[in-house]
Amino acid sequence: MAPLIRLEGLTKRFGETVAADDVTLDILEGELFGLLGASGSGKTTLLRLLGGFETPTAGRVLIDGVDVTALPPYERPTNMVFQSYALFPHMTVAANIAFGLKQARMPKPEADARVEEVMELVKLTELGKRKPSELSGGQRQRVALARALVLRPKVLLLDEPLSALDKKLREHTQFELMRLQRELGITFVIVTHDQDEAMAMCSRIAVMDMGKVIETGTPRAIYERPQCRFVADFIGGANIIDAEPVGPSRVRLPALGVECAVTDSLPAKGWVALRPERISLSHEAPAGGPWPAGQVEAVAFHGDFQLYRVRMDGGVELRVAASNVPGDPKPGERAFLSWPADAPVALSR
Amino acid sequence: MSAATARRRGVLALPWIWLGLFVAAPFVIVLAISLSSAGYGSPPIDFFIGWQNGHPTFNINLDSFELLASDQLYIRGFLNSIAIAGLTTLLCLLVGYPMAYVMARAPARLQPLLVMLVILPFWTSSLIRVYAWIGILKENGLLNGLLLHLGLISQPLVILNTPIAVQIGMVYAYLPFLVLPLYATLQKLDWTLLEAAADLGAKPWSAFFRVTLPLSWPGTLAGALLVFVPASGEYLIPELLGSSTLPMISTVLWTEFFGNRDWPMASLIAVMLLLVLAIPLLFLRGGQATAGRV
Repeated sequence: MAPLIRLEGLTKRFGETVAADDVTLDILEGELFGLLGASGSGKTTLLRLLGGFETPTAGRVLIDGVDVTALPPYERPTNMVFQSYALFPHMTVAANIAFGLKQARMPKPEADARVEEVMELVKLTELGKRKPSELSGGQRQRVALARALVLRPKVLLLDEPLSALDKKLREHTQFELMRLQRELGITFVIVTHDQDEAMAMCSRIAVMDMGKVIETGTPRAIYERPQCRFVADFIGGANIIDAEPVGPSRVRLPALGVECAVTDSLPAKGWVALRPERISLSHEAPAGGPWPAGQVEAVAFHGDFQLYRVRMDGGVELRVAASNVPGDPKPGERAFLSWPADAPVALSR
Repeated sequence: MSAATARRRGVLALPWIWLGLFVAAPFVIVLAISLSSAGYGSPPIDFFIGWQNGHPTFNINLDSFELLASDQLYIRGFLNSIAIAGLTTLLCLLVGYPMAYVMARAPARLQPLLVMLVILPFWTSSLIRVYAWIGILKENGLLNGLLLHLGLISQPLVILNTPIAVQIGMVYAYLPFLVLPLYATLQKLDWTLLEAAADLGAKPWSAFFRVTLPLSWPGTLAGALLVFVPASGEYLIPELLGSSTLPMISTVLWTEFFGNRDWPMASLIAVMLLLVLAIPLLFLRGGQATAGRV
């Protein structure tokens, strides 16, 4: 299947800064695609390049096989939910939503029906006559969503759509967005700095750093099999440990003084990523060793798990997320670390 | 009543006292003069309220009212003033809106400089600046010299002492009063709204008429009234740049007051002018109330 969106060598420079650096990316029809990165990673620039709000320095944007690189926003089959929502303050909710239909000169009865329909879809039916200033944050977000969806775009662009909402509403809205995306079948491209949000919602994620797409994949693949140190560290904060190959799918960890199995063979010196929640902690040395040991430095209670910081005998510090650890190690006590054979992920870059 | 309340009321009373002493009282005096008869003393009026044999006497004179209604001179003066002020407002809008827009969209570090450039002419007396226009517009002035030099005209244009010269002078003098409030409004505009409009299919002009213009309405209205109201009573510019064939009401007033020494008539014109100008001000209040609800 041909991708719905194709970015080819897309580059955007603002003076000295490179906000998007030679980005090549395919997004398929019907995906809920996430652009994930820290602030300044270029994810919003990429979204704005998709929407036509920025002109690329180099490269092309194709949507549904059509080169839209030179097209202004009003000629693109995309619609955007702005981070600030950008609702027109002088118009009612209904007029905001009808703005695009009126612009397209849709006959009024038809437009009214469309507005009605989309307001029902995002549960705004009672609020049509209100002004944006009379709405709560969550309601404004739904108006912004309705205003974009009413035009039935091929692609809906969402710039940090949940960042202005409080935690409880955010989770609810995540599910709402997923439901809408499933029901409407529209391709969503969503920009977020929140990896949990991206993990929870997206069918695929592109992790960005310094204007480059570092890695693309399903949330599970990115989480379980990151391809590089940046992604392993950025997603879920894995422990990154120096490693050198000693055989097929086997490495030595000099800092811990042990050997262990890894997912893939390392061709040369590299690293392994070890997720905090895949490490077990115990007072007694577990079977199948030798296992490394260290001294618990701090314990933080997180409700459903505890996060331990362990200073290993070799000097490095590892993070262990565990619940119900037998013997409940306290700061200052010694503990052994162990992990299942498929936990360490080999990283060569 | 606590001391704090008293103090607060005292502070609130200050503007009212000011208005009473310097606006209401002079207006009442002017109104009273308009009801009196012209006399030969100094001031040249016989006041309509007098005191004779221990009784107050009233001698209200409505001649001025009759004259105002019957003599075309006054009506034409009013109409001229309103037409010229209206045209000035329109031209200021056409020139000033793009100026304010460009200023508001200029890089933030340039904006103080641009505002400064708009205010700069105020640092010179307006009289001097109007005289400068005489030098530009007269038959052997700068403008004709330039146009002749460029070969665009072969005969010098007669601009000075025509309605065109008045209009040029008026637009020049009143432009900052429109640009500044409009700039202040546009500067606060969230430009993301224009991106949103473009995203929803609006071409730039369409986005301007559906988003920018409605949202800048309060500033536009305030600026237009700041031009229209004082322009209707303008005396200096038509006097120096215009001709006597199209007198504005302020010129008529001046003639009545200093030329004819008919204070009641001059006062009546002043009262009528105030009424004519008060009506748009009421509109402004209405407009601001509407804007406040947005």
